[in-house]
Amino acid sequence: MRSTAGSTTPTGTVTRPEAAGRVRRFTTAERWVHRTTGLLMLVCLVTAGCLYLGPLAQLVGRRHLMVTLHEWSGILLPLPVLLGLLSPAFRADLRRLNRFAVYDRQWLRAVRRRRHGPGARPAGKFNAGQKLYAGWIAGAVLVMMCTGLLMWFMGLLPFVSRTSAIFVHDILAWAITFVVLGHLRKALEDPEARLGMRTGHVSRSWAERHHSRWLGEERAGTVSEKAEKADKV
Amino acid sequence: MTEKPKRGSEGPPVGRRAMLGMLGAGAAGLAAAPWLQRGWEDFLAAASQVDATGLTGLLPDPGGFRYYSVVGSVPRKDETNYALRVTGLVERARSYTLDQLRAMPQTRVVHDVVCTDGWRVEKTPFDGVRLADILDDAGVRSPGAAVRFTCFDGAYSESLTLEQARRSDVLVALNMQDKPISHEHGGPVRLYVAPMYFYKSAKWLSGISVTDKVVPGYWEERGYAVDGWLDDADRHGDAA
Repeated sequence: MRSTAGSTTPTGTVTRPEAAGRVRRFTTAERWVHRTTGLLMLVCLVTAGCLYLGPLAQLVGRRHLMVTLHEWSGILLPLPVLLGLLSPAFRADLRRLNRFAVYDRQWLRAVRRRRHGPGARPAGKFNAGQKLYAGWIAGAVLVMMCTGLLMWFMGLLPFVSRTSAIFVHDILAWAITFVVLGHLRKALEDPEARLGMRTGHVSRSWAERHHSRWLGEERAGTVSEKAEKADKV
Repeated sequence: MTEKPKRGSEGPPVGRRAMLGMLGAGAAGLAAAPWLQRGWEDFLAAASQVDATGLTGLLPDPGGFRYYSVVGSVPRKDETNYALRVTGLVERARSYTLDQLRAMPQTRVVHDVVCTDGWRVEKTPFDGVRLADILDDAGVRSPGAAVRFTCFDGAYSESLTLEQARRSDVLVALNMQDKPISHEHGGPVRLYVAPMYFYKSAKWLSGISVTDKVVPGYWEERGYAVDGWLDDADRHGDAA
């Protein structure tokens, strides 16, 4: 794309991804946070199934092993995110996920009214659905951890009965199962989104199609950043 | 800080609100659980009456039994190869076949089955031989003070003090809900200790050994109470 006359680089060799029409979406640290969180969530859900669903329990048995795996994958579930806080890129993405822009409300309206046309669903680096999912699943995991700990260590909070903790844990487990299945379905529908999580890069055209405001905001951010720096000089 | 979005584009912190909202809902759920659960159980009881698919069994707290095993697979035993051995501090070590157990005087105990994991099956009838009768048959000798139970799954074990074991609501159970106990429910012979949590009611019972002191069972070595008495909080108010 950016062929300059007299370039010493032969065409077809390794070029910077951006130059090849690719955009960096996730850093290595972010992808590892996602990968390990996903793996821990999978272990949590599969062992939960083995503990909870009759036919699976009869097939697998080994209750103590399943309990141990379930408890520890659950306890460790928030750890990748906490470690991820060491990464500036991850912190920046958390900030993006947290804040709702005006066009996010437009995105939600378009989803409610099933509008698909070009430009109907504007989004920054993350769309409104991803933002809501991130916030909700973070809260849900924390509630699961609290109720799980209440079941594990009886008498942690004497005024909450173990039965109550189990009740909330059970109901929310089903909610999480369906929401995570929705998350997986969205990923399966969009190979390029998966590529972005696998390799860290997506094509510029994909970014412009699905996250129309993202690259513009980045550019504006970089410009204002440069302006800030210029001010300081 | 190059990744920081432009300050002017910062909107309301909806992500944080979603997270805090979920935390609040969790806390409210815990507080309201005793009432919600009662309503949920009533709803499920009504729904399972008209549910031909059995899908309600998958819902949280479906009522009915859940299958627990601590090993990968459990051998199946029936009239041809089942034996219950009574050993340890007894006058006469004994071994009973399934038919011999069936020929002994049978006792019926109807009580709620309550698991530590929150599920309960109300007013479940069990029939079988009182453990006290089997202990008397073998004759406990000094210094016997406790009973250890072992199981043909090869791993599970349980314990009772002799005093607990002699209660009239402790059975070597052969029938549950008026049917021979199935393999999945711990058949052909399981223990039923009505006044205690269900983990005390060892499935696939194959050995009774009188000991001089309580030997903690499988879950008891993993943190469960050795005395698994049901407490009032876990009973259904007046039902129990």
